[in-house]
Amino acid sequence: MGRYIIKRVIMAVVTLFIITFLLFLLVRIMPGNPFPSERMSDEAIAKKRAEMGLDDPILVQFGNYIAQIVKSGSFGKGSSLYNGAPISSVLPKAMGNSFRIGGIAICFGVFMGLVLGIAAALNRGKFWDVFCTVLSIVGVCIPSYVFMIFLQYFFAYKVTIFPFYFNNRNFLISAIMPALSLSLFSMSTVARFTRNEMVEVMDSDYVLLAESKGMYGTKLTTRHVLRNALIPIVTVIAPLIVDLLTGALVVEKIYGINGIGKLMVDAITGEGIDYNYVLALGILYSALYIGIMLVLDIVYCLLDPRIRVAGNKKKKKKETGTPAAREEAVQA
Amino acid sequence: MSKKKNAAFSYEENTYVPTAEDFVLDLNQDITTDRNYASQGFWKGVFTRFFKNARAVIGLVIIVLIIIFALIGPGLNHYGYSNIVSVVDEETGKEITARSMPPHIPALHKLFTGEDYDDLFAEHTFIFGTDSMGRDLWTRVWYGARVSLLIAFVTIFIDMIVGMSFGLISGFFGGMADNIMQRFVEIANSIPRLVIVGVLATFMTKGIGLVIVALLLTEWIGMSKIARAEMFKIKGQEYIMASRTLGAGNARIIFKDVLPNTIGPIITQMMFSIPTAIFTEAFLSFVGVGIMLPQCSVGSLIEDGFNNITTLPYQILPPILVLAFLMLAFNFVGDGLREALAPRIEDM
Repeated sequence: MGRYIIKRVIMAVVTLFIITFLLFLLVRIMPGNPFPSERMSDEAIAKKRAEMGLDDPILVQFGNYIAQIVKSGSFGKGSSLYNGAPISSVLPKAMGNSFRIGGIAICFGVFMGLVLGIAAALNRGKFWDVFCTVLSIVGVCIPSYVFMIFLQYFFAYKVTIFPFYFNNRNFLISAIMPALSLSLFSMSTVARFTRNEMVEVMDSDYVLLAESKGMYGTKLTTRHVLRNALIPIVTVIAPLIVDLLTGALVVEKIYGINGIGKLMVDAITGEGIDYNYVLALGILYSALYIGIMLVLDIVYCLLDPRIRVAGNKKKKKKETGTPAAREEAVQA
Repeated sequence: MSKKKNAAFSYEENTYVPTAEDFVLDLNQDITTDRNYASQGFWKGVFTRFFKNARAVIGLVIIVLIIIFALIGPGLNHYGYSNIVSVVDEETGKEITARSMPPHIPALHKLFTGEDYDDLFAEHTFIFGTDSMGRDLWTRVWYGARVSLLIAFVTIFIDMIVGMSFGLISGFFGGMADNIMQRFVEIANSIPRLVIVGVLATFMTKGIGLVIVALLLTEWIGMSKIARAEMFKIKGQEYIMASRTLGAGNARIIFKDVLPNTIGPIITQMMFSIPTAIFTEAFLSFVGVGIMLPQCSVGSLIEDGFNNITTLPYQILPPILVLAFLMLAFNFVGDGLREALAPRIEDM
């Protein structure tokens, strides 16, 4: 168990390092110009390049970059965004906005998804089941930004219940709509997954045995069904959080939120692409992604005793232990 | 005790001697074929199961309709997707463009009000209206659907070939090769698509090319995972060993013996990848790194419409509906195919 976690952590760190290197290589080596060439003379560009150390060998540049991050936690300065303000002064605020809304969305989505899924499984074939099925089909199939646009149009423009744009001053009120529209996808996925998982467990032999021994109602549900049905749900949460990162980009555009998604879009769509921002945000996103996967992998491992036991047997652990392997098995 | 039991079934007591009549077929009995378990070809079974599924059929019909409109829609009038429609006002001699017109269908107008339009564009039909530049939205929506579908089909097809080969080879050789290839997949899988797009945007011009490359770099991974899992399931079977014994080489076993048997899950995965590709394209175009003007796709049309949503809400409706229906339909067909290709016992 401990060995698995250590191995997993080391793997994650190595992966992140390789990805950082790849991103750095791609951004620096590929043709392209970080400076708006129409506005700057050749000498000015040459001077700027020397100043930023762009003429050094690539490995030296990479070494300097990593040293800079580790030593001072700074990602350098932007070249065209925010008049070249240091990235580390812009990033925390953007991250704060994104994470708060994303956090509300995922908590709400998972909670509502669980409630709906459980209600559907307990009332199979009745109203809640049908409702849950319809919601999950619609929520999974129709892109979330379609909902966002409609929500904004009807509840912020036609009927002005909520503010049209996100505003940090009255955070709670203006965060409702973005968070709600972001959470729809995770809600429907979790609901569908919970329902199927619950139904599977409820049809299993050991629940029948428990019932035949005289157990029923809430006790049966909480003690036997939920305990086993809820564990695999951890595996769907990881991809959901990742989807949230993508969804956040659209939400931030639609509701005008100053988050990391908007920063990314600004960095690549403005005139003169801001290389340092692309690199910093690329590393940040990858680190987030890998970190979330890592944490959920470990949580999953801790939660499910079956995996812990399987993990102690010699070679088996790789095939059955990780959520990824389980996912494959489910798909197959 | 055992002695007694044996005595009951002793052969010596059985004195019946069979005659020739016992071996003649009794033709008076009703002999029928077992239709429930009738043998039929694999694909015939898949077809019947697929077409029994109402949702899958609805999905298929929607997809076919959208494809037909995407093919013929832009050709139904003479506007063209990038032309700005304008008329010359005879009184003043000025040229007037058809900017931001609501849906404008003379035939329907006449049907309901009994009069012709009396504006300058009385002759023109704009089924979905025009956009803020004065281009016909009907033409643009179907042209955009064509672009989106084309991007999705092309990239997913290439991804299928790449991912499938990668997964099959990785699964077949196992051991060291598999280990190295899987580490590669792990790293490729840990880079969010957004980051790939961002890095690509630093050295590629924005447009169709960027969207296609971004999709090519990310979508093959799911395909390869499925192909690898299938390979693991199949490679231990006897017929593979038989093939090997008869002298088949690795390439033959991978692509001729195993590949045809993995086609079901892979087609299903393809069906689920296509909406992902359409959505990704729409999302990239919406954010502003995808299709550039005057080209259009479903995503860029939604972005156009979104910019004017408060004043001209009808502009966003057609592209959003096309996108939503496409996603819904492909998901339905994917579900239907999955059930048809791998039926569970209780469904039969």
